[in-house]
Amino acid sequence: MTTLLALDASSTACSVALWQDGKVTGAFEYAPREHTRRLMPMIDDVLAEADVSLAELDALAYGRGPGSFTGIRIAAGTAQGLAYGLERPLIPVSTLQAMALGTHRQHGAQLVIPAFDARMSELYICAYRCENDQVTALMDEQVIAPEAFILPSACEGERFMGVGSGWMLASSLSQTIRDAVSRSLPEQEPDAADIVRLAAAMFAAGGGLAPHEAIPVYLRDKVTSRPK
Amino acid sequence: MRVLGIETSCDETGVALYDTEHGLLADALHSQIAMHAEYGGVVPELASRDHVRKLLPMIEQVLKQAELSRADIDGIAYTAGPGLVGALMVGASTAHGLAKAWKIPVLGVHHMEGHLLAPMLEDEPPEYPFVALLVSGGHTQLVEVKGLGQYKLLGESVDDAAGEAFDKTAKMLGLPYPGGPQVAKLAEQGNPTRFRFPRPMTDRPGLDFSFSGLKTHTLTTLNQLKAAGTLDDQARADIARAFEDATIDTLTIKCRRALEQTGLKRLVVAGGVSANVRLRERLCEALAKRNIKTYYPRGRFCTDNGAMIAYVGAQRLVAGEHDDSTMRATPRWPIKDLVPPQS
Ligand SMILES: Nc1ncnc2c1ncn2[C@@H]1O[C@H](COP(=O)(O)OP(=O)(O)OP(=O)(O)O)[C@@H](O)[C@H]1O
Repeated sequence: MTTLLALDASSTACSVALWQDGKVTGAFEYAPREHTRRLMPMIDDVLAEADVSLAELDALAYGRGPGSFTGIRIAAGTAQGLAYGLERPLIPVSTLQAMALGTHRQHGAQLVIPAFDARMSELYICAYRCENDQVTALMDEQVIAPEAFILPSACEGERFMGVGSGWMLASSLSQTIRDAVSRSLPEQEPDAADIVRLAAAMFAAGGGLAPHEAIPVYLRDKVTSRPK
Repeated sequence: MRVLGIETSCDETGVALYDTEHGLLADALHSQIAMHAEYGGVVPELASRDHVRKLLPMIEQVLKQAELSRADIDGIAYTAGPGLVGALMVGASTAHGLAKAWKIPVLGVHHMEGHLLAPMLEDEPPEYPFVALLVSGGHTQLVEVKGLGQYKLLGESVDDAAGEAFDKTAKMLGLPYPGGPQVAKLAEQGNPTRFRFPRPMTDRPGLDFSFSGLKTHTLTTLNQLKAAGTLDDQARADIARAFEDATIDTLTIKCRRALEQTGLKRLVVAGGVSANVRLRERLCEALAKRNIKTYYPRGRFCTDNGAMIAYVGAQRLVAGEHDDSTMRATPRWPIKDLVPPQS
């Protein structure tokens, strides 16, 4: 029996999910600026509902980004504290990849482009192929101006589904990208339920890290205008 | 009670273990000064990112140092404010995660209360009540301390903090960040009689401070010398000396006044600027003849550290105070809002 707990605070949503050998339960709330208040009670609720104690967890996972810097760190800190405290491995999961899985599961999409608004007129974005709950990245995750985003040439002629807040900026994407996307769901946010599913596959493949190694992935590394 | 203390409010990651019976058991400190120096000041986002990388390894380090296991920890304290909100969040979330895993109480504490009580970690700690001068990069305050959580603000800076004035003066003199220790070092070579800078707000009653005028005076003096073509190394040292003398005099005069006003006989000096050796000498000299004893934290605990947070947290946790399930990060939090432990 494998039991995993995942947290996410990378967007305006806050979510927690539990994996028990393929059974996923969880909580998802729209909680802008409320993550510090909501995260812990949501963990308690999700565990209590499934009658699982922290000690029964085999590993923890969290949405490691990209997304809101502070939000990712709230999830990272909480997950690191829990994993270190429980002496369990920690699995950092891509929030973009989790969005792709969610879109695949809910809408049957096989090709997904998740994108988040990265502010400063940029997107966090990637493209994935999904089959039977397996999600493969078709490129590296990027932080990029919408008009500069291009798909790998192998994707020519393919039809994608767009998902995530980044699609509010769809009008800034190139015509080629817009033509390649049949439908977009800009209202969707990452969900720990998808994170925990990806984490389960990674855990089965031996993918857990020591908690201190499971650090956020921000994608944007230029955070000051002054030259180094 | 053994308490793990976590400090991540600004550009120092501090972790320590304090035992209410045996005192300080271990402490670890990582300064980001070198990382921010290239930018001439703290870059908040870089500070937060670094805290995430350092915190768990440092917790592991203090447990090893103290030869304790996780089961020996009875409570966790973290800095909940004031400070940089993103940086505070790292300590708050990690502390809450750990406390839940270990099933022990957790408490967010006030950073300046940590500084204020840092001298309690020394062999001869002050007894309550006392007057405290808090002088750091962000604060210049005189506080009457009657007991834990019983603080009355007597006066504070109406503009720049003393440490900030040191840092800005350093910048004007072309010295690297953070400037306090650099200005102090340069001042050693300075001639104390060449310039006399104003002692702001000392000629009127009251316990408030102002340092921005002094900063302007320093700049004007520098510009005059530059225009005259006489701004050499000696002149720079003389300016550093004049600035330091004026700042120290001002702080000393107000401390004396605060002690007179309250009738108290003990003075605690804490915060980064309290590391300044000439400030210590000057206060000692001015107050010893009035039978007033001064108390300082050891050099290492003048600036931000985890030990002072573990200490304050322990005092409050022992009294039954603790957080609910909310992780707290309060960037602005006046010290006068503090109250004695609430269980
Ligand atoms: N020897 C010294 N002489 C004068 N100033 C000093 C000396 N050493 C350090 N400082 C000053 O102390 C300040 C740093 O202190 P500290 O770390 O306590 O404050 P902070 O974290 O910047 O602010 P706060 O604690 O108020 O949030 C800096 O302004 C630094 O220049």
